[in-house]
Amino acid sequence: MTMFLIIAVTVLVFVVIFQIAKASEYVAVLKGEERTRKQDNKINGFMMVTFLVLGLVGVWYCNELYYKKTLLVHDAASVEGARVDSMLWVTLAVTGVVFIATQIVLFWFAYKYQESDKRKVYFFPHDNKLEVIWTVVPAIALTVLVVIGLRNWFLFTGDAPQNAMVVEVTGKQFGWIYRYPGKDAVLGKKYFKNIDNATNPLGLIWEDKMVQDDIVMEQTMYLVKGRPVKLVIGSRDVIHDVGLPHFRMKMDAVPGIPTTIWFTPKYTTKEMKEITGNPNFQYEISCDQMCGNGHYSMKGVIDVLDQEEFDAKMAGLKSAYATLFPEKDPNAAKPADTVKIAAKPVEAAAKVVAKM
Amino acid sequence: MSNEAVFQAPAAAGTHHDVHGDHHGEHHHHETFITKYVFSQDHKMIAKQFLITGMVWAVLGGLMSVLFRLQLGYPDASFPWLQDLLGKWWADGGKITPQAYYALVTTHGTVLVFFVLTAGLSGTFANFLIPLQVGARDMASPFMNMLSYWFFFAASVIMLSSIFVENGPFSGGWTAYPPLSALGDASPGSKTGMDLWLVSMALFVVSSLLGGLNYIATVLNMRTKGMSMTRLPLTIWALFFTAVLGVLSFPVLFSGFILLIFDRNFGTSFYLSDIFVNGVGALPNEGGSAILYQHLFWFLGHPEVYIILLPAMGMVSEILSVNSRKPIFGYMAMIGSLFAIAILAFLVWAHHMFVTGLNPFLGSIFVLLTLLIAVPSAIKVFNWITTLWRGNIRFTPGMLFAIGFVSLFISGGLTGIWLGNSALDIHLHDTYFVIAHFHIVMGVASMFGMFAGIYHWFPKMYGRYLNNNLGYIHFWITIAGAYMIFWPMHYEGLAGMPRRYYDYSVWESFKQFAELNRFISTVAMIVFAVQILFLINFFYSIFKGRKVTTQNPWGANTLEWTTPIRPGHGNWVGEIPEVYRWAYDYGKDGKEFIPQTKPIGDDESHH
Repeated sequence: MTMFLIIAVTVLVFVVIFQIAKASEYVAVLKGEERTRKQDNKINGFMMVTFLVLGLVGVWYCNELYYKKTLLVHDAASVEGARVDSMLWVTLAVTGVVFIATQIVLFWFAYKYQESDKRKVYFFPHDNKLEVIWTVVPAIALTVLVVIGLRNWFLFTGDAPQNAMVVEVTGKQFGWIYRYPGKDAVLGKKYFKNIDNATNPLGLIWEDKMVQDDIVMEQTMYLVKGRPVKLVIGSRDVIHDVGLPHFRMKMDAVPGIPTTIWFTPKYTTKEMKEITGNPNFQYEISCDQMCGNGHYSMKGVIDVLDQEEFDAKMAGLKSAYATLFPEKDPNAAKPADTVKIAAKPVEAAAKVVAKM
Repeated sequence: MSNEAVFQAPAAAGTHHDVHGDHHGEHHHHETFITKYVFSQDHKMIAKQFLITGMVWAVLGGLMSVLFRLQLGYPDASFPWLQDLLGKWWADGGKITPQAYYALVTTHGTVLVFFVLTAGLSGTFANFLIPLQVGARDMASPFMNMLSYWFFFAASVIMLSSIFVENGPFSGGWTAYPPLSALGDASPGSKTGMDLWLVSMALFVVSSLLGGLNYIATVLNMRTKGMSMTRLPLTIWALFFTAVLGVLSFPVLFSGFILLIFDRNFGTSFYLSDIFVNGVGALPNEGGSAILYQHLFWFLGHPEVYIILLPAMGMVSEILSVNSRKPIFGYMAMIGSLFAIAILAFLVWAHHMFVTGLNPFLGSIFVLLTLLIAVPSAIKVFNWITTLWRGNIRFTPGMLFAIGFVSLFISGGLTGIWLGNSALDIHLHDTYFVIAHFHIVMGVASMFGMFAGIYHWFPKMYGRYLNNNLGYIHFWITIAGAYMIFWPMHYEGLAGMPRRYYDYSVWESFKQFAELNRFISTVAMIVFAVQILFLINFFYSIFKGRKVTTQNPWGANTLEWTTPIRPGHGNWVGEIPEVYRWAYDYGKDGKEFIPQTKPIGDDESHH
C-alpha cells in the first residue's frame, strides 16, 4: 500500500515540476526571452557560489560524522601499517590542498565571470609559462609521492624478517583454513587431488615427513604480538583475498599460484579492545575478492596473543596427521608441551608449499 | 526561458560561407520508414539510435543499482511487493536474494560501463559529431556504421535475455575473473548466464571495432577543405583518440574471452589450475594461470576508462569554450595531454592487480606510469579553469554539466593518486574507497559529459530545445546527490569496508555504517528519480519542445551550426563549406565569435 502511495506521490511531484517548468517557459516568452535568460543566468551564477560554500561545509560535516568510524582514529595494528598510515596522511595533505584550491577557483570563476554586458572577454588562447608551471609542479609533487610509496612497497613486498613465523592461509568457498608448520618450521607438501573435505581439506601428502607435524585449523588464526608473521596464501577453488584492514595488509588467494605477505602485529586482541573501546573487537579477515554468492560471509578471525599465551594455545593442539592417524602419532606418549612453533629461518617453507 | 535569446545577442561577426535555409529543400532520395528510422545509414540517425538504446540501458542499469542499494540500505527490511514484481528468484519474501544481489551488481557494472558509457556516450557523439564537425556528408562507410549499431543491438538483446534464464544472469562481477566465471559449479550465475554474457560481450566488441575503424577513417580522410588536423575542434580529437584506444585494446579483451570460452566449454586449462570445487571434487585442470585473464582483461579494462572519459573531456572542452565566449585555453596542450593520456592508458593496466602477487619490480613500474597520468590530467583541469577566467559565462544546462564535469573530475581524479600508489593501494584495494573513486571520476563525470553533450547538441539533433528549467533542476539535484552518494563512501573505504558485500551486519569492523548506507540508498533513489525527469524532458521535447528558429543558437564556431536547422542525409545543401581557421576564435579583436568558415581578414591579429 505504502508503495502505491509513494509511486502516486512521485508521479504527482513529477507532473507538478514538469508543468511549472513548462509554464515558466511560456512566461519567459511573454516577459521577453532575453530578460528571463539574464535572470536565470544570475540565479545559476549565485547557485555556483552557494554550491561551493555548502559543498565545503558538507565536506567538513561528513568528516565530523564519519572520521571517527574509520580505522584512522587508532594506530594501525601492525608495525608496517603505521607506514601506510603516515603515507596516507601525506597523500591526503597534498591532494586535499589541491582539491580545495581547485574547487574554490572553479566555482568562484564561474560565479565571478558570469555573463555581464559590461565585461569584455579576454582573448587568451595560450601562455607557455603558465602551462610549464602546471606541468612541472604536479610532476614534482608526484615524484615525492612515488618515492615514498615505492620505498614502502619494496619493504612490504620484500623478504620477511629472519625470525618471522609462517602460517599458511587457504581460501575456499566460503571460509579460511590455516596451517602451522609445526616444530620442524616447514610446511609439508600437498597436492590438490588429495583433498577430501572430511579428512584432508588441504590435500596434504601424509607420507611427507614435513607434513606430519603440521597443524591445521579453521575459524581462528593465532598470531604473536611483536613477532613478524609471513602468510603463505593460496586458494582451493576460485580467487579469494586475505583482507586485513587493521594491519593495513591485503593479498589475493589464487588457485595454483601461492602468494605471500608479511607484517608484525603490534597489539594483542585484548589490547585492541581497550584501544578501540569496543569489547567485541576482533581482528577480522574479510574476503576482498568476489568469490561467489557467499562472498559477504567469508570471515576469518585473527587472535593476537602474547608469546606465553600463544605457546600454551599451541601446546594443546595436535597435528592433522596425529588427529587422523592417532595410532601413528609419534608424540602420543610424550607430554604435549614440547610442540612449539620454532622461530627458525623459514625460507624453505614457501618453496615447497604448493605443489609436488 | 530561451536559448534563442543567446543568439539574438550581439550579432555574429561573420557571414556564413554557405548559408542555406530549410526552404532550399534537402536531398530527395526515396526513404521508407525502414531505411530512415530502422536500418538507417545516416550517421545522425545512427547516433540517435545509440543514444536512445543507451538511455534504455541507463534506466535498467540505474534501476538495478536502486534495487541493490535497497538491500544495502535496508538489509533487515523486506518489501513483499518486490516479490510480486520480480518473482521469488530475485526477491524471496520481498528480500533481494544474495544470488540476485550479485547478479544485479554484475549486470549494473557491465551495462553501465559498456552499453551506456561506451556505446551510449562515445557511440552517440562520435557518430553525430564527427561528420558534422569535420565537414563530411557521412561516415567513411555508412553501411559498416549501421552494422556497428545493429551488432550493439544484438549484444543488448542477448544481455537482456540473460536476465530471464534459469540460473539468472552472470553474477561474478563485471570483470568476470576466472575461475569463478569459468566454473558453473562454483557459482550458479556462471552457468547459462555467463555463456550469454560472453556472447553478448563478443558482439559488443565487434560493434566497437566496426564503429571505431569508421571514426578513425572519417577523421583522417574526410575532413573538408581547409580543415587541417590542428583546426579540428577538441571534441573530434578526443573522439579520435577514443577510437584508436578501442581499436587497439578491444581485440585483446576478445582474445581473453575466447580463452575463457575454451576453458568453460572445451576442457582447456588456460586459466585453471589446482582447483577443488565443493560437491564436485578436484578438477583435472593443471598448469593454467588465473592471473593471465586479469592481464588480458585489464589491457582493455584500463584503456576502457579513457574510452569512456575522453569523449566527455572533448565535449566539455568545446562547451566550456562556447559558453565562456572565450577560446579554450592551451589548445595544443589539450591535444598533447589527450595524446599523453592515450599512450599512458596502455601502460598502466597492472595497477588493478597490485594485490594479485605480481612481481614487485613490475608493480613499481606501474606505479610510476600510473601517477604519470596525473600530469596530463592536471594540465587539462588547469586549462579548463583558465578557460573560464575572464570569460563571459552563460549558464546553459550544457554549460552547467560541463562545469560539474570538471568538479567531479578533480574530486575523483585526486583519489586516483591514492590508489595508484601501490603501497597505499594494498590497504584501499577493493574497498568502498575504490567505488567512490571510479564512480566519481569515470561514472558520474562521464555521465555529466554525456548530459552536457545532450543539452548542447539537442537543438542540432531534433531542431528543438530541451526545457531549460527542468535542465537546471536536473543539474543541481544530480551534482549535489552524486556528491552525497559517493563522498561518504571514502570514509567507508578508510574503514576497510570491502566492495560487493550483500550484508555487513555480521562484521564487527564494518557494521557501524548501517545508518550511512541507508542515507546513501535514499539519495540514490532521489537522484534516479531526477534522471527519469530528464528522460521525460528529453522525449517530450523531441515532439513538443520549443522550435529552434536560428541556424546557430549558441553562437558557436564549429561546422555543425552551418547546416540547416534540421539537416537531411548529407548534412549540407550544396557545397560543403570550406574552413579557414581553428574552432575557437571567440572574443577575438572585439568580435563575439568568428565561425571556422570565415576567411582570415587582412586586419586580423595573430595569436
